This record gives sequence, C-alpha cells and structure tokens, in this order.
Amino acid sequence: MLFHDLTRPGTDEIKVSDDSLLEIEHVTMRFGGLVAIDDLSFTARKKEITALIGPNGAGKTTVFNCITGFYKPTVGRVMLTHPRKGRYYLERMEGFKIAQQADVARTFQNIRLFPRMSVLENLIVAQHNALMKASAFSFAGLLFMNRYAKAEKEAVERAKYWLNKVGLYDRADWDAGNLPYGDQRRLEICRAMCIQPAVLCLDEPAAGLNPRESLELNELLLGIRDHEGVGILLIEHDMSVVMQISDHVVVLDHGRKISDGTPEFVRNDPTVIKAYLGESEDEDLPQTVKNDLARNAGKDV
Amino acid sequence: MKRTILSEFSDIPLDRGILSDRLIGKRRTKRLRRLGDNQQYNGGRVAYFLQQLINGLTLGSIYGLIAIGYTMVYGIIGMINFAHGDIFMIGAFISVITFLVLGALGITFVPLALVVVLLMAMIFTAIYGWSVERVAYRPLRGSFRLAPLISAIGVSIALQNAVQIAQGARVKPMEPVIAGGLTLFTDSNNFDVVISYLQIFIMVLTVVLMAGFTYVITRTSLGRQQRACEQDRTMAGLIGVNVDRTISTTFVMGAVLAAVAGLMVTLQYGVIDFYIGFLAGTKAFTAAVLGGIGSLPGAMLGGILIGLIEAFWSAYFTIEYKDVATFGILVLVLIFRPTGLLGKPEVEKV
Repeated sequence: MLFHDLTRPGTDEIKVSDDSLLEIEHVTMRFGGLVAIDDLSFTARKKEITALIGPNGAGKTTVFNCITGFYKPTVGRVMLTHPRKGRYYLERMEGFKIAQQADVARTFQNIRLFPRMSVLENLIVAQHNALMKASAFSFAGLLFMNRYAKAEKEAVERAKYWLNKVGLYDRADWDAGNLPYGDQRRLEICRAMCIQPAVLCLDEPAAGLNPRESLELNELLLGIRDHEGVGILLIEHDMSVVMQISDHVVVLDHGRKISDGTPEFVRNDPTVIKAYLGESEDEDLPQTVKNDLARNAGKDV
Repeated sequence: MKRTILSEFSDIPLDRGILSDRLIGKRRTKRLRRLGDNQQYNGGRVAYFLQQLINGLTLGSIYGLIAIGYTMVYGIIGMINFAHGDIFMIGAFISVITFLVLGALGITFVPLALVVVLLMAMIFTAIYGWSVERVAYRPLRGSFRLAPLISAIGVSIALQNAVQIAQGARVKPMEPVIAGGLTLFTDSNNFDVVISYLQIFIMVLTVVLMAGFTYVITRTSLGRQQRACEQDRTMAGLIGVNVDRTISTTFVMGAVLAAVAGLMVTLQYGVIDFYIGFLAGTKAFTAAVLGGIGSLPGAMLGGILIGLIEAFWSAYFTIEYKDVATFGILVLVLIFRPTGLLGKPEVEKV
C-alpha cells in the first residue's frame, strides 16, 4: 500500500509536509460550557480519502462546521494548502469566501439541493464565480456577450461531464426536488464537484443508500480521488464504506481524537473498540502493549 | 383631458383621505362614468367596458411593478418590506425634481427628458433601496422574525417624514409631459374609446421591464444566485454565493422597478405627495399576496388583476368603495387561498 501508511501509524505529532491538504491544529470548539471539540489536531492529505468516524455526538459534524465556516473555532487553526492557489487560514475567513476562494465544498447529512431548480441549474449555480467574473457581475454581461457565452458553455460542459459520470444526464431537466433519494445524493456530490474544490467534505454520503448504491458511491468517490485528484474528508457511519475506501481514518469520541491511522490500524485499536463497544477486558493493558498493538497493526498492511 | 380636472384641484390643499383617493384612484373613470350616466350608456357598453379595460391595465402595470419588489424581497429573506411603498414614493419625487431641473436647464425634448428622468429615478431610488437594506435590515438578519418587519415599518415612517420635511406637505403638481392619445373607435353614442400615448408608454415599458426582469431571473448567473438564496440561503453560502450581496441586489432591483412605477404615477396623475407610498404600497402588497407572495409571475398577474378590479369596480359600482373592494380581495385570498393564485404551498419535509 501507500508509503505513508507505514510511517505514521497512530502518531499525534503534526507533520507539515508538502502533501498536506487540510491541517486542523489544536482546534477547540466550545458552546458555553459544552466542549464539542477538544484540542483536536489531524491532517488530511492531498489525493486521499480521510474518514472522520466516531460514535454519535462525538463532534464530527462540528468539525465540518468549523472547516466550512459555520462556526468559528474557539481556539485553534484550520489551514488549507490549496494545490493551485496557496495557503488559506479558514478560521479567519468569512463563510461564503471559504467556498468562493478557498474552494472548500461540502454536502450535508440531510440533502440540501435547490429543490425548485433543475438538475442542470443546480450544477451551474455552483459555478457562478466563473460566470459572474465573465459577465462582469452581470452588468456588463451584455457588452461581453462572447466571453459570457464561452464561460457559460464551459459551465454547462462541466455539468454534463458530472451528470454523465453519475448517470443523471437523462434527468438534467427534472426539478432536483423530484429526483429519487439516491439520485439526489449523487447530484449533491456532483454539485460540490462543480465548484472544482480543493477539498470535498462529505457528511454521511452513504446514509439511506441501499448496498448497490453504496457500492456505486464508493466507486464515485475513488474516481474523484484518483482522477480529479481532490482530497476528500468523509464523515460516515457505514463502516464498510469507511474501511473500503479511506486511506486514513481519524476517530473522535466526545470531541477528542482517540485514534488516527490506517483503516486496519484503527479497526484493531483497543481505544476505538472501547469507544464503540464499551469497556473490554483489555482496558488495563499497559501502555507499552498498546503501543505494540499499534505498531503491529501498522505493519499488517 | 383628465388634466383639466386635476388642474382644477392642484392648487387647493386637500385633506389626506381625498388626496390619496384622488391620486391613486381613477379620476378618469369617474369622469367617464359620469359621461356614461348622462348617456345612460345604453348602446355604449362594449366601448365603456373596453375603456375600463385599458384604464385597468395601465393601473395594473403600475401595481405589478411595485408588487415585484415585495414578492422578491419576501422570496429571498421571508420578510414583508413595508418601506417599499415609500421607496416608490421617493421614486416619484425624484422624477418630479429631475423634470424640474431639466426644465430649468432648458431640456424640453420629451424622449430625452424621459430617459434622463428614468435613469435618475432608477439610480437614486436604487441607492435608497440599498441603504435601507444595509442600515435597517442587514443588522437584524438572524434576529427573530418580527424584528426586520418592525424595522421596516419604522423605515416607512422615517422616509415619509423625511420627505414631508424636505419637500413640504403640499401636493406637487406636474405638468403633463406626454399629451394626446389615440381614439380607438367611437360607438353609436359618441363614446370614444381612447388610449392615451401615456398609457401606451406605461404598458409598453412595463412589458419590456417585466420581460427583461424575467430574463435576468431565469437565465443569468445573477438570477440563479437569487433563486439559490431564495431556496436555501445557507447552502447558497456554502457553494460560494455572496448571500449578503445577492440580497442587496434584490433590494436594488425592487427599488429600480418601484422608481419606474413612481415615474409612471407622476406622469399619469400629475400630482404626488409624501403619502402616496402608503396606499399604493399596500395595494401592491395585496397584488403580491393575490398572485402568491414569493412568485414573480404571480406578482405581475396580481398587479394586473388588482388594477382591473379597481377600474371595473370604480366604473360599475362606487368609486368611493374601490379600496374596500381591493382589500376585501386581500381578506378573501388570505382566508380561502393563502398561497395566492400562483404561489406554491410550503411543503413540510419530514
């Protein structure tokens, strides 16, 4: 497998390397007295699928909200190293600029398409930045007809590309709200991809999908990683999805990171097992043994 | 023709009620009705009906233009912008002022003057619309639902009083700019069906504006962003739409249309005062509700319908009760069809 999987099983130190995409550094999020995220640090790397897992209420969605600007972290830094544009400190940016300038795309646990717009329009509205620039914020749109028409054509082409990819091309004119559930999920991912994101944050994309749709989703996500080179940050409860497609898993419990490593590593990590299944008899294992377990799990790959 | 009636009154200070009635209501229909009464309009029914149709469509165009501002703002931030009627009033005042300035400068070529007045009214009213949103509504976004509504009522009162102080409480007369008209036909009772050039101007301009507007909303990137904000503001922000700017643009667009309506009222009725925004605004709001608030074609349809209802009520029943008729419609719609004619019911997602 990949080289870095061997080098960093379960380490807590933050490595600033060239291939890091999103670095969460010592992020704490408090709501009054409630600590939703407690001193969380992890790194998502380019062209990798990083899964964020944990029991209900572990703070996974809060992490997403901190990344996408819904919340400003109480403490900490969220740094994005954009492959094309350079560095952004997301915790300092205004909400919509995170998507507009830093190219962070996101989907939601409950689908949030624009239900009364057509499927195609849903994808084109996501590309409004290029269009607005081409039309000089619509005012000069009439004067630069050619430029605008060209930009619009590109936007439609990109939309078509993604529609073809997920098999929704025939339904391009449907109102998005009328699509079946599984199609809406895929369309939401398409819309996020039309932003041409540097990082794609998916909040439970497999929720409510049947096994076949779930497999298709896996392939779509792997395709996005391999062919588009987009880093994916994934919240998922469906362990089969997580274990099959992620390169790197971060486990949260009560707002703290309890494990971080390859899928194989976290699967065998006693602290993870404990968090999911409750106390086990291994709980009093000495630290050295735990470390051994971790090392072995890493080498299993 | 109707100018003569208006000029009889234009230098007499009038009390509020009559004034509003006189400004917004169709004096002309009353006069025509009197004419009809004298002739007992035996054979003139068709002609009379047609004349009312023309009058109603003109009035409806004006209401429709104002109603779009209400419906768009409601669609995008879910609040009734009660100051919109006063934005319309400001548009009317800027039109009169610009006409006077142009007159003083000696520019009397009517098409040029109209274009300049139209542009000035649009620009200044747009600035008002933008500022009102920036000052009175944006800071309250995310507050409880009633807050911007109350703020809007405050803005409405503030604008009325500001204009009253700055321009005086007396009505402002305006010389007719576009005179004359076409006699479509004369029936056996010598009843002329007349469409004035001004009415043609109003209807054509309305159709052009509404077509352009529909194009912007349905076909351009800006319109797509507005619809995205309307449907899910949070999500729009997450795909990088500048939601605040889009909302400001919506206010500006509404204000521009209201400014055009203000100019039309100035030309059509020849007198304005600081209070015209209230009644016109409330009627346009009725139009927006009748058409289905939040729906653009609904606002246009509602405006036309309210205009027609008012014209026909004035013509066949009593002109004194035309406002009662209009607001009676509002009550009926709210009771029996709260979503309006073209509005879609809100679907609760489970």
